[in-house]
Amino acid sequence: MPTTESRAVYDTDQDYDAGEEYTRFIGRKIFFIFSLIILLMLLIAGAATLGPIDYSNTEVYSAILQKFFPDSFNESERTMRVVWDVRLTRILFSILAGMGLGISGAVMQVVLKNPLASPYTLGIASAAGFGAAIAIIAGIGFFGNYLVAGNAFIFALISSFVIIGIAKHKGATPEIMILTGIAIMYLFSALTIFIEYFADPDAVKEVVFWMVGSLARASWDNFWVLFIVLAICIPLLVWKSWDFNVMGAGDETAKSLGVNVDRIRTISMVISSLIVASIVAFTGTIGFIGLVAPHITRMIIGGDNRFVLVGSALLGGLLLASADIVAHYIVPGVIIPIGVMTAFMGVPLFFFLIMRRKREYW
Amino acid sequence: MKLKVNNVEFSYSSTPILKDIIMELVPSEMLGIVGPNGAGKSTLIKCIDTILKPRHGTILLDEEEILKMSKIKVAQKLGYVPQTTARVFPTTVFDTVLMGRRPHIGWRSNKVDVKKVVNVLRLMEIEDLAMREFNELSGGQQQKVFIARALAQEPDVLLLDEPTSNLDIQHQLEVMEIIRNLVETRSISAIMAVHDLNLASRYTDRVVIMKKGMIVDAGTPSNVLTPENIKSVYNVEAEVINSSGKNPYIIPVRSIRRNR
Repeated sequence: MPTTESRAVYDTDQDYDAGEEYTRFIGRKIFFIFSLIILLMLLIAGAATLGPIDYSNTEVYSAILQKFFPDSFNESERTMRVVWDVRLTRILFSILAGMGLGISGAVMQVVLKNPLASPYTLGIASAAGFGAAIAIIAGIGFFGNYLVAGNAFIFALISSFVIIGIAKHKGATPEIMILTGIAIMYLFSALTIFIEYFADPDAVKEVVFWMVGSLARASWDNFWVLFIVLAICIPLLVWKSWDFNVMGAGDETAKSLGVNVDRIRTISMVISSLIVASIVAFTGTIGFIGLVAPHITRMIIGGDNRFVLVGSALLGGLLLASADIVAHYIVPGVIIPIGVMTAFMGVPLFFFLIMRRKREYW
Repeated sequence: MKLKVNNVEFSYSSTPILKDIIMELVPSEMLGIVGPNGAGKSTLIKCIDTILKPRHGTILLDEEEILKMSKIKVAQKLGYVPQTTARVFPTTVFDTVLMGRRPHIGWRSNKVDVKKVVNVLRLMEIEDLAMREFNELSGGQQQKVFIARALAQEPDVLLLDEPTSNLDIQHQLEVMEIIRNLVETRSISAIMAVHDLNLASRYTDRVVIMKKGMIVDAGTPSNVLTPENIKSVYNVEAEVINSSGKNPYIIPVRSIRRNR
């Protein structure tokens, strides 16, 4: 009888438990995070064997392990230097930089409720570029040895404090922050072109090289600076991810759920600007990671920021480090600038995901 | 939970929105706020929920000044149901309702919270929507999700900002019945801004009628929803049937044009 059959279907509907399905969804998100961690490890292991000097895999891995167990291995001083100070620094530094760009992009998009927000749309990068430009062209700046990096860092922070200062007076709404950011971006781009116009051509060339972004300045010193910044900032942001979720539902709802919306928005902008400033100071402007890593993460695991922030960081690291490898080997003998490479790789990937998305928004 | 609003005033820059609002809510009571567009209904609700800060006056929850309470504590006592809004980034229905647990939990959500969300979803009969995207739901479903989120807060007072706007008549009645039922069975109370006078008459215990930021009259629906009040507040000529009974019916007849 057809009625019993439809009755049976109805019964299974009754047994449906949203809590169990929710737990399954959470499991899927945790699986995504772990997959990224494993991919990162594979990437490190793989990239360490690549380089112009032809070491065998055994030599490379012995050299890596020798650092931890000096008595058990016997690789030459030179091998150790190449593997640790050249290859691993660059890989680990690019992963850290990508992580920082990924998580700060994710945070900016959420707190400004704008899918286009990123360190670049907010003028932080162009301010850093200007800081670097006056250091290179005029030799004016802070911090002797770290002249260019220090200048870029200071100007990146100045721009974000201007945004936050204006937001303090006019209310920290997403519209005010985005509009101020765009105005700042134009201002600093114009200022950079202005000083380039009067500068020595060689210096201008150097500025252009800086702007295009490069991982060549990776070193253990820079790595540890970035490591400390991220080790402080990332946990702070992840700790607030529950509030970010609530803010996504609108400022009024967030306020009624007990979130101090203006304060969270300001603090998280300060933290993510600090991250971006510390990265940009060493690498120059590397676009796109801060925009695509969060979007790809959301497309795959949905919008729960408790997982999106961590996922964006890991994916950002993975994207930047793999873009760097491709940039080295795609054209023999030429290293394509990393800022160009991330766009070349990211744009098609992004288009692909936009074309195949099923939902109105991911 | 007793709620008292004393002499509350509010203005946006220099435009006064609320003037000298005095009202009181007793436990297990459903209070309707009616009035024309721009009368200040939503503003009043937002002031009560501390989303907006009044210029003057006090709001007391069981004799405690609400602006001096911590935000989390307010959120544990007052649940706000906004008018439908779309999100920029997607979330599932389950995650949206889980947000209601925010005032009660830290970074992690635990099994108890998940269980509570499931119970609320069952109560609202939207458990089957749990993993759907909030933005893909119909207006009526979204409204139910918002009510579910407010219930997950386990508040003493529900504040509803026109919960039936944008809904068809079936969903209007359904939402009102759900709220009425909650007020009666769970000893929570509700303040609701509402446009439809007949819904206010039928489902609320008391009605406050507002015009230009002031309360014109307050009392039971049959005392407040009179042809005279409707005329002075809305400029509408209305017939009221069963005017002495508990739930009068209001039939708007025509708009009275102002002569100036």
